[in-house]
Amino acid sequence: MHRRTITELANDLHNKKYSSEELTQEFLSRINSLDKKLNSFITVTGETALQQARRADKQIAQGKANLLTGIPIAHKDLFCTKDIKTSCGSKMLDNFIAPYNATVVERLQQAGMILIGKTNMDEFAMGTSNETSFYGPVHNPWNLQSVPGGSSGGSAAAVAACLVPAATGTDTGGSVRQPAAYCGITGLKPTYGRVSRYGMVAFASSLDQAGLMAHTAEDIALLLNTVAGFDKRDSTSVNKEVPNYSSTLGNPLTSIKIGLPKEYFEEGLNTGIALAIDAAVSELEKLGAKVQEINLPNSKLAVPSYYIIAPAECSSNLARFDGVRYGYRCANPLNINDLYSRSRGEGFGEEVKRRIMIGTYVLSAGYYEAYYIKAQKIRRLISEDFSRAFRDVDIILGPTTPTPAFGIGDKTYDSIKMYLNDIYTSAINLAGLPALSLPVGFIEGLPIGMQLIGNYFAEGQLLNIAYKYQQMTGWHKQIPEEF
Amino acid sequence: MTTLIEKDVRKIAHLARLEILSNELSKYVQDLSKILDFVEQTNTVDTDNIEPIAHPLGGCQRLREDRVTEIDQRDLLQNNAPQVEAGLYLVPKVIEICDVPK
Repeated sequence: MHRRTITELANDLHNKKYSSEELTQEFLSRINSLDKKLNSFITVTGETALQQARRADKQIAQGKANLLTGIPIAHKDLFCTKDIKTSCGSKMLDNFIAPYNATVVERLQQAGMILIGKTNMDEFAMGTSNETSFYGPVHNPWNLQSVPGGSSGGSAAAVAACLVPAATGTDTGGSVRQPAAYCGITGLKPTYGRVSRYGMVAFASSLDQAGLMAHTAEDIALLLNTVAGFDKRDSTSVNKEVPNYSSTLGNPLTSIKIGLPKEYFEEGLNTGIALAIDAAVSELEKLGAKVQEINLPNSKLAVPSYYIIAPAECSSNLARFDGVRYGYRCANPLNINDLYSRSRGEGFGEEVKRRIMIGTYVLSAGYYEAYYIKAQKIRRLISEDFSRAFRDVDIILGPTTPTPAFGIGDKTYDSIKMYLNDIYTSAINLAGLPALSLPVGFIEGLPIGMQLIGNYFAEGQLLNIAYKYQQMTGWHKQIPEEF
Repeated sequence: MTTLIEKDVRKIAHLARLEILSNELSKYVQDLSKILDFVEQTNTVDTDNIEPIAHPLGGCQRLREDRVTEIDQRDLLQNNAPQVEAGLYLVPKVIEICDVPK
């Protein structure tokens, strides 16, 4: 049963093929026996999960269930989960028990989903390989020597290995889409403001967005129906009606215009990935989509401006960790300054410290204009590139990443190489657009991801295209052999 | 090209209240210089008449009625604090006590 999608599992639960308790037990024992290889979970909430499953079984028996009732899900360890450790992959929050639920957690729980555990991640979501986690690296289920991507690497690996049918992630510069691509699953970053960020530990507030990871676009539509929508507790939440994303999955693609940005297919892109994307585009053309080349001329500036804006916001957001109110406190502080700086120096890992310092520098007097304001101006240029493109096409399509998953340890010593993994993904966060990654092939046993970028609030269209593609192809059904 | 020296990194670390051990300093000098060098690419484009954006959807902060919406959860929230006493967070002495003449 572990290889089934949410949609299939929901069917089986409603037809009483097995109970939610049995299903939950099955996933728990898979985590127990297989996660040694992956390290994808920081916390497994077995007892809570089984309790919730028994409650779900009652609801199903009483006919009070919906399609998500009784299905297990894992949350990235960045979402606050009431009475459960929420570490954000950091020593700083290793002892933090969240006193409340994030809105995303709350909504999925209310729909009857079973919280099975909290997944590993790059520390404070800063990383693209999952190697910056205080809890050790996560291994890619397709090749245990490779990274799963990051920062939502634990979520991606756990779903790909069928340790859980779906997981939440967060995406600040590609943190849902890149690991989804590396692990061969489907991942959605919704429009900025579409899904509430209440209860998400903040990294870069003008870029952060909650996302979803599962095997199929159909499953993601089901989850998005539940988590999307206005939340008064998130000041950036957008008050806009939520469509039924499941009802438009099957729409014909005959009137859809797809743009291929020239800049996303230039040097630096692995040729195997380019070929796989070409083949996927031909499939979409067979379904009636019209394809044309477009330009996003400022693409190259996305990563450099992202690495000014994101660290600037991170340095401000992470100022809250002071060793006073929650989180790690150093031993025997001499005075208040020693308490602050040693708690932070000892509690944060290297990459987090690098970014806090870059952010502090670019925001400091005398540098603010040259770096931060400059980057915010480029952000407008990037955003305008997209709005110009969306005058001609409905959807923009390209690779999610320039290469397949790299080896654990390969890029740890070179920040810039690591940052360039975000080359096709970070511009989308700068513009606040929705984007989805779906599997479209393999290179030497490692999955390839294709990225679909939509206009604001066009999640339905992204899911529609991904669904139609997945009806025609079987890449999303591939499961790594050892799992 | 941006070149930081150890003194700069010490200053940044102090502003950010981050303790950096002296044996880590040279590595951070290198790393931060490299990153700042990389982001210099933003200077290759002319942005003279471009308005900066801070919010991707051009939105502004939503206002709400000014009334209390949260209940008092001090005890619950202080469960996560390293040191509390009688509802107060404890920190090392901030103000030095000096002898006040009577």
